[in-house]
Parts: sequence; C-alpha cells; structure tokens
Amino acid sequence: MITFLTRRLISAVALLLVVSALTFFLMDLLPDPGRGILGVSATDEQLASKRRELGLDRPVVPRYLDWLWAALRGDLGTSWTTGLDVADSIGTKLPVTLSLTLTATVVCALFGIALGLFAAIRRGIVDRSVHVLAVAGFAIPGLWVGILLVALFAVRLDWLPATGYVPLAESPVDWARSLVLPVATIAVSGIAAIAQQTRNAVATVLERDYVRTLRSRGLPLRRVLLVHVLRNATPPALTVVGLQFIGLLGGALVIEQIFALPGLGSLAIGATSQSDVPTVQGVVLVSVCVVVSVNLVVDLATGVLDPKVGMR
Amino acid sequence: MNDNQTAAIAPPTAAEAPAQSPDRAKPAAESVPAAAPRRHGPAGRFLRDPIAVAAAAVLLLVIATGVCAGLLTEHGPNKAALDAVLADPSGTHPLGGDGSGRDVLSRLLYGSRTSLFAGAIATGVALLIGVPTGLAAGYVGGWWDALSSWVANLFLALPGVVVLLALVAVRGPGLVGSMVVLGVLTAAPVFRLVRGEVKRVRGEPYVDAARVAGLSDPRIMGRHILRVVRVPIITQASLIFGLALIIESGIAFLGLGEADRASWGAMLNDASVHVYDNAMLSVWPGAAITLTVLAVTLLGAGLRDAFEDAPKPPAATRRRRVRGPAREPAVRVDTGALLVVDGLEVAYPAPGGEAAVVDAVSLRVDRGEILGLVGESGCGKTQTALAVLRLLPVGGEIRSGRVMFDGRDLAALSERDVNALRGRRIGYIPQDPMSNLDPSFRIGSQLVEPLRAHLGLSRDAARRRALELLDRVGIADPARVFAAYPHQVSGGMAQRVLIAGAVAAEPDLLIADEPTTALDVTVQAEILDLLRSLRREHGMGMILVTHDLGVVADICDRVAVMYAGEIVETATSADLFARPAHPYSAALLAAIPDGAGARSRLPTIPDRVPSVHDRPSGCRFAPRCAYAAPGCAVHPEPTTHRDGAVRCVRVENEVIVWNR
Repeated sequence: MITFLTRRLISAVALLLVVSALTFFLMDLLPDPGRGILGVSATDEQLASKRRELGLDRPVVPRYLDWLWAALRGDLGTSWTTGLDVADSIGTKLPVTLSLTLTATVVCALFGIALGLFAAIRRGIVDRSVHVLAVAGFAIPGLWVGILLVALFAVRLDWLPATGYVPLAESPVDWARSLVLPVATIAVSGIAAIAQQTRNAVATVLERDYVRTLRSRGLPLRRVLLVHVLRNATPPALTVVGLQFIGLLGGALVIEQIFALPGLGSLAIGATSQSDVPTVQGVVLVSVCVVVSVNLVVDLATGVLDPKVGMR
Repeated sequence: MNDNQTAAIAPPTAAEAPAQSPDRAKPAAESVPAAAPRRHGPAGRFLRDPIAVAAAAVLLLVIATGVCAGLLTEHGPNKAALDAVLADPSGTHPLGGDGSGRDVLSRLLYGSRTSLFAGAIATGVALLIGVPTGLAAGYVGGWWDALSSWVANLFLALPGVVVLLALVAVRGPGLVGSMVVLGVLTAAPVFRLVRGEVKRVRGEPYVDAARVAGLSDPRIMGRHILRVVRVPIITQASLIFGLALIIESGIAFLGLGEADRASWGAMLNDASVHVYDNAMLSVWPGAAITLTVLAVTLLGAGLRDAFEDAPKPPAATRRRRVRGPAREPAVRVDTGALLVVDGLEVAYPAPGGEAAVVDAVSLRVDRGEILGLVGESGCGKTQTALAVLRLLPVGGEIRSGRVMFDGRDLAALSERDVNALRGRRIGYIPQDPMSNLDPSFRIGSQLVEPLRAHLGLSRDAARRRALELLDRVGIADPARVFAAYPHQVSGGMAQRVLIAGAVAAEPDLLIADEPTTALDVTVQAEILDLLRSLRREHGMGMILVTHDLGVVADICDRVAVMYAGEIVETATSADLFARPAHPYSAALLAAIPDGAGARSRLPTIPDRVPSVHDRPSGCRFAPRCAYAAPGCAVHPEPTTHRDGAVRCVRVENEVIVWNR
C-alpha cells in the first residue's frame, strides 16, 4: 500500500510539473503580450519597456524556475491587466466553482448510482431508458439546457434567480437557490452518464461466476446484491464519479457563463481573452491541482477496497 | 463540454462482451447460445437498421445544408440589418433575426459548416495520432509501449477544456488550431482503446499462425489486427466527433471563437443574452447541435453493429417467472429417486425467436448415486446443471419440464423456496475455482456467511465449522486459508474451498460442474477421492458434469451422454464403457487415445457440435456419424436399452455392436 501510494504521489507531482512547464513555455510563445495590454497604438518603444517591466526580456527557463519557486510558496504573481494578486483572485473564485462542481457531482452520483443499480438489476424498461437518456444527455449541449432552464424557471415562472451567486456563509438558502439551476443543468447529462456507467459496472459484476456461486449457497439475492455486487462494483463507479468531476471543471466554464457565477471559469475566460498570462497560468495550475487531488482520492479509495493492492 | 461523457455512452456490447472476431472461435463456455448465422454483409445489416439509416439521413441533411448554404439563403451569416434585430419570422427572414439583426436561418445553415469542419478536424487528428501509436504500442510493446502509455495517461489526467482555453489564450481564436488541440487531447483514449484491443488479439493463435506463415508485421497488422480494432475505433470516432461539435459550440459560446465565423455556439450566446426577449432564439441552434451529435453517435453505433454482426440485445431480458403449461400439484412421483428431471427445456432469446440449448432432457439421480453428465463442450451440460439450481444466466429460462427434487418441482417453486433449498439441500461446485470466489472478501467470510444464514450459527460457531470444513477438504493450514483473500491461494486450494462451501450444510444433492477440469492431474485425483468419501459419509447424490471420461470411469455409477442439447444415451458406467449403444458414445470412447490412460481429455470427433441454430431436423448426430443411414433423417425418440435408454434408430432396428 505504501509503495502504491508513493507511486501515485510521484506521478501526480510529475503531472503537475509537466503541465505547469508546458503552459509556461506555451505562454512564452505569445507573440507580443504588451500589445494586448497597451493596445494596437502602442509604439515599439513602449512595447519594449513593457516587456522589461514584465521581466519578459529574461530567458524562459530561469523565469519558469522563479515562477515555480514562487508558486510553491503560494505566490502566483500579479495579473497583467488588473494588477490584482493572482492567488487572491483565485482564492475568491475557487469556492464558487467548487460549490457548483461538488454539489453537482454529489447530486449526479447519488441519483446516477441508484438509477444505474436499479437498471442493472431490473433491466427492462429502466435499463433501456437509462441508455437512451445517456445518449441524449451526451448530445444535448449543457449550454442549451441552461438557457432553456433559465427561460422556463427564471423568466417564465420566476421561481429561481436566473443569474448570480450568494456565498454560503452569507445565506445558505440563497446559496442553494442560486445553485439549483446550474446544478440541474449539469445533472441532466451527468445523472444519465453516471447511471449508464454504474449499470455497466454492476451488470459486469452480476455476470461474474462468484455471484452465481454465492447464490448457489442459498444467500438471498438481496444480500448478494447489497454486499457482494455493490462492493465489487464500487471501484469502477467511483472512478466514473471522479472522471465526471474532472470533466465538470471544464463544463463549469460554460455553466458559470450562462448563470453569471463569479467562479474560476469567468476568471479564466476574462484572462484568456485579454492574454493575461499569469492569471491563465494560475488557473491552469490550480485546476490541475484539483484534478490530481481527485485522482489521488479515487486511487486511494480503490486501493483500500481492492485487497490485491495489499493493504493489511 | 465533458470529455468523460464519451466513456459514459460507450456501447454496452463492447463493454460487456469482447468483440467477436470471425476468426476467433468462441471460448468453450457453454453458457451463451451461439450467434445467429450471418446472412447479410455489413452494408445489408446497416440498411436493415432503421435508427442507423435515419441517423445517416440526418447527417447527410446537415452536410447538404452546410454545403448549399449559399443557395438556400440570400442573407450572409454576418450581415446585420437594423430592421431585423430580434425580428419575428417573416418572408425575408424565415426564422427571424437575432439580437444583432442577423438572419437566424442563414447563421444556422452556415453554422453547420463550422460544426462539421470542427468535428472532422478533431476526429481526424485524434485518429491519425491515436491509431498508429496504439497499434505500435500494442503490437511491438517494450519501451515504446511504456513511454507512449505514460504520455497517454498524462493527457488523460489533464482537465482538457482548461488546457484548451489556455491555448486559445496563446494562439488567439482559431477554429483549426483549437480543434487540432482537441484532437491531440482526445487521441489518448483512442490510443488506449487500440492498444488494449491489439494486446488482446496479439496472443491469439491466428496472429501467431500468420507470423509463422511468414507474413510481415505490417501485413499482419493490416489484415488481422485492424479488422479487430475497426469496430471500437468507429464508435470512439463518432463520440469524438460529437464531443468536438459540443466543445466548438462551447468555445464560440464563450466568445473565444472566430468572430466572423457563423457558429451554433455563438448563436446560443446571442440567445442567452436575449433570453428575456426571445426564448425561441436558443431552440434552433440547440436543436441543431443535439440532432447532429445524436445522429453522429447513433450512426457510429449503427456502423458498429453492422460490422460486428452482434445480435441486438434481447428486448426484454428481465428475468420472468418460470412459466409453462399448468403443472399438476407436486406429488411424489418416484420415492426412491432424489432428483428426477423430466422433459426439461432451457431456452434463450435469440435473433428471430428462441434458442433451446437444453431440449427434452430427462435424468434421474438416486440417493448416494453419482451420475456423470458427459459430452463435448456446447452440448448443454452446464445449462442443465444450472437449470436444476434455477441459476441460469440472464435471459435463460426453463420453458417446460419438471425438476422434481425430493418430491417438489423446483421449476415451479418460488424463488424464495428454491433459495431455501440452495446450499442447504442442494450444493454446487463450480467449474473454475479462481473466478468463483469473490475477490473482495476473505475466504473465511465467504464460508461463514452461508453457514450463519442456513444453520443459524453464531459467529464463533460458524468460524469453527468453517475451519473444520477446510480441514476436512484436505487443506493443511485452515487458519491461514481462512484469513486469506482468494488471490492469495492456488487453484487447487480454491477448488477445495469451493467444495467445502458446497458441502458445508451437508446437502442431499451435489451438483459438480467440471470440478476437476481446471486442476492438474494429481490434484484432480485428490479431489475425486474427496468427493467419493463425502458421498460415503453423507450418502449424497451427485451430478458430475464433465467431458473427461476418465473421471466418469473413476467415480460415476451411471452416465448420461449429452449431444446438442439432448440426452442420447443413459447407461451404467460399466455398460457404457463395455458396450456403448449410441454411436456418439462410441465415438467419445474411441477418441480416448490408447496408452494415454483413461484420464486424458476428449480429442475431437471430426467436425463440431452443431450450433443451436443449425441443428439437423433428424438425428442431431447424423452428420458426424459413421453409421448414419437414411432412417436417421427422422428425429429419434429415446428407447429403453439395457438399464438405460438410447436415442438412435439404428439401435432400435438392428442391434449393432459398435466396433471400438
């Protein structure tokens, strides 16, 4: 188990290093960052002085190492466009994105796993519906679903706020109300996707020889399902939920835009369109950190559940 | 915008059953009826699939509107007119105008160009990178495999959309650039898929054979391996295409696309801005994206099915209660017999009807008697055994017949009543020891669980009993095995554990499905000794399913020979070995090589057991029978013969002494 964990940790750190280096060097290919900040009318002289000011006249490798060293201490630099501390901006935006993605993941996982389990065991109409919904959920773009939900529940019925975000600490009720539509948007495809995957995982376990053998011992079907099938189908289901969460980080960009949620997505989009390199780098780094942690948690849980990994 | 949804709708057939290659013989498992004989080529099958044809039609329509956009509308996609701002549908603007006064229809038509272009680029790049690298990694292996797998895992762990956005920040808005990057990112799952498939078929005999025959590696890849991977590639490609469409619309929606390019995503952006003014604006682009992605996905699934020739999953596989002709109340038919199977038929749903894998099977087992059930693979032995336990695989059903156990018809009992008998009065020893223990639980708990349920033992008492049982089946260190996980013990040990589990409650009937097949010869002999002594101690009756006549000679009192779903001969072991009555029994015996001892496996009789779908209408063995005569065109009924019965007209008419 120790070696298993160590290997996972090493590969996680390697991933972080590679991705941060890649984004840094790619950003360096940006033709003239000063142009984006100073505008088209800037003279060559002004551009050159801006480059010096941003430290871009130094070679890229020492700049990366400096940035990395600072990042390790929690300093992600200052935005080129707003002059704000990048770590601070991310710190205020991340809770919004995490509220959205975590809530959506929990909702999707709860309903998706229950539905998938039901579909695998009962088959028939539920099973086919799950499959159809999974295909349809993939095809319907989340942004359209979001717009439709806003049009119906916010504009037509006026039940829920169309846009905006209220922090949890301020008012839990308003926080929940501001999340209902965004989470529902994600859940439309998310539940079906998780249900389909869970159904496949459970169906695979159900066909295993040991399930039949356990039943041949006279164990009631319910017990075999709840104890043995569930236990063996949990690791793949967990992996799916983890992947779903990672996918949501990308999906959140669009969702946040539709519902005007001031999250990481809106920060990233603003920074992207203004070529605000330090902010983009910061957002990428934080996203990869989140992804890596989620993967680690899933790996750890799978390792605990799988006796072959060797935890005694 | 969710990369991982692609996995979510991965086709169930590919996920649940390994893709069937025509060159690949089905594994010997008897559990699933063979597929229907193929009748149409891929094109024919495709055209017979209404959903796939409809999907192709929709996609063609989208392509056509994209190509002919200039002919279908006079408005330019970016031409704004003040009087068209949020205009209602009219003669000049059939779908109205958007928030900037641009013609909605025109943008919709031109937008399909963008979407298809985006999908084509991303899919092309993903395949161009993923397929060759995956082929190489799976086929060559070695350092290349290790390196490319590492890189692929790296890509898979990336939050794809965030990376994409970062690149847009660098490169500026560009459809081609962002879709190329998306293609690179989605090459990783393609790589993994291809690599996995290649690795799977790499060790198949026909690939080795091709190599021995001197085919060069590229030709082997082209001829044999690409055939296998094309089906999963088609599915994956359709998913990537759909994903690219959705991502493209997402990028355009966020305002990060090319401003002068009409895009469904940009239309949705406009619609979301004007959601208070005109809710209809979102419907056209939203529906266009949904329909196109749906069409591509379903087309991929249709192509997959057409190439795979897989039977559609049966419409209703939900296990129904056993039905059949009204049964007379269970009366004790035969007091001496422990188990009487009478006219048992087991069927599975199959394309174009049903497949009866077990047909009119009748058997009898007395207390303390061991009945051997023999025959080649695919004859229905295992299905018969599982039917007695009422544990048929999904879809399998007892269509008719009775299974009288100790005076009660198992086929007619409720699931609850059958379950009360399982384990308690009927024990089951499965075939493959390693796959029949739950890998997630310790061996001890798997033994204790039923003991507590059946005998109501306390935890301690059940534990003591389980240790006794492990000792009884010849395990030297019961405490260690008790605490071990299944992967920590050997196959022979696992089989002993399974036997211990089967006899834990001292059942009256033991059903052993090839209990020794997976074991080496010395362990085999020990297991048979064990079964023999268990019979002696408890007087249990036993059905021993096997294709090993050596085992039959060793332990069975009587034998039932199965062929193509029916019993062709029943006899005492002594009679069967001395004077087999059915030509099939004789052929089985003759196939034992002289001098190799009785314990060798059955070599094959020329040709194979006919599949469920092309059984001859007459005697099912006739095509392979050395003694076939014109009379064999009529399906024979079993007739009494010595102490048993035989299903052969030649035996009825003229008693032949089959020469061995």
